[in-house]
Amino acid sequence: MLTKRIIACLDVVKGTVTKATQFQDNIAVAPAVDVIRELYRQGIDEVIFFDILASAEKRKIDIETVREVARHVFVPFTVGGGLKTLEDLRETLKAGAEKISIDSMAVRNPDLIRQGAEAFGRQCMVVSMQVKRVAKSPEIPTGFEVMIDGARVATGMDAIAWARRAESLGAGELCINSIDRDGTHSGYDIELLQQICGAVNVPVIASGGAGTVDHVLEAFRDTECSAAIVSSMLYSPRLPRNFSVSEIKAPLEAAGVPVRPNPEPFQPPA
Amino acid sequence: MIGVIDYEAGNAPSVVSALTHLGHASRLVASPAELGSVDRVILPGVGSAAATLESLESSGLRGAIEARVRGEQIPFLGICVGLQILFEHSEEGDVPCLGWLEGRVRRFEGPGLRVPQIGWNVAEQTREHPLLAGLPHGGHYYFVNSYYVVPVRPEVVLCTTEYGVRFASVVADGNVYAAQFHIEKSGPLGLRVLDNFARL
Repeated sequence: MLTKRIIACLDVVKGTVTKATQFQDNIAVAPAVDVIRELYRQGIDEVIFFDILASAEKRKIDIETVREVARHVFVPFTVGGGLKTLEDLRETLKAGAEKISIDSMAVRNPDLIRQGAEAFGRQCMVVSMQVKRVAKSPEIPTGFEVMIDGARVATGMDAIAWARRAESLGAGELCINSIDRDGTHSGYDIELLQQICGAVNVPVIASGGAGTVDHVLEAFRDTECSAAIVSSMLYSPRLPRNFSVSEIKAPLEAAGVPVRPNPEPFQPPA
Repeated sequence: MIGVIDYEAGNAPSVVSALTHLGHASRLVASPAELGSVDRVILPGVGSAAATLESLESSGLRGAIEARVRGEQIPFLGICVGLQILFEHSEEGDVPCLGWLEGRVRRFEGPGLRVPQIGWNVAEQTREHPLLAGLPHGGHYYFVNSYYVVPVRPEVVLCTTEYGVRFASVVADGNVYAAQFHIEKSGPLGLRVLDNFARL
């Protein structure tokens, strides 16, 4: 049986993991490679790494950090931030990333989704969406709006319609981040996830708001999402306590959610 | 020396990283000449069957790989699309494939089934094999696939996995081995499969 994935999403600035609340007040946590290696040891199922300033500073992603992670971590990892062209995607995949996440760039140039899916396969293309609750309107009938550029700029696009379009263009997965819940530790936006999961056939990743194991359980029990991002829970200094990967997975398993056990490390015989 | 086939859409560097971590010498192979000095071949795969085949054709690697693997019988390991193209035909793009193994490649379909399958799923071992030495029965491996193989001969199947349908997730036929899951991204269990292959 396919298990539900627990994904660590790291915001990385110049090789250092940082943690923000609703896209502001970033504080440094630790070197990215160290954090990711420790999470791998703990049995994380997947890692997403956003070079959060690459886009704002109009520079390329930190490819050396991508290479270093790929040397030490043997679970899938996704890279996003500042990727604009097919050539950027190729370079990032060749540095050892499994998947590419595009967000603002997908909105500005939706054809990049199609080009990436054609060149590398749709399984490589994760479309991430920053979603905010707004008043319902003819343009945004569901009341969920897509935001871009670090969640600062409204697009006037309905999130559910954009999810469908991204899938039809070739997205292999959708990562749905609730801006309203991001960094608040108050739980995922369940209604948003239900609507997205009902609208598309590709796997959906829940993001934004997890502060307790119950929040993760709620996402898996009440929505059809395939994976959940837990960032703050793992390492945010703003939470009263952090969780190890197994402290998250064990209660999920006890509640009947299929999760991957953490195998012993493999040391090849000499 | 293990040759890792490096083509346009492939993730050969990830496979090389894993081999290096395990202490096995490897090199990227992008042309037929580079295949001469290796004693094992790994064909990693991402992307579509058609694109992979086209890439192998245009680089001249198809013939070179067939000469070494089918002719000289050096050990071969296919991963993901590198498994699928070993069969006769793929529904993905409706293309004829290498045909080393009898069977076809089909697309997942079913009510409520999210495609592609992405994530960690169980590989149930159907028989013992040195490629799987030391691995737990029913271990979890990382899959990313919209298509699955349907071998004609059941004796080539080493593991099966359930996703809407029960499909062959590891196969072996003589010196040819292949897995549907990403061996290089399946954590400690995947590393052990890779290490076993390097020692076969």
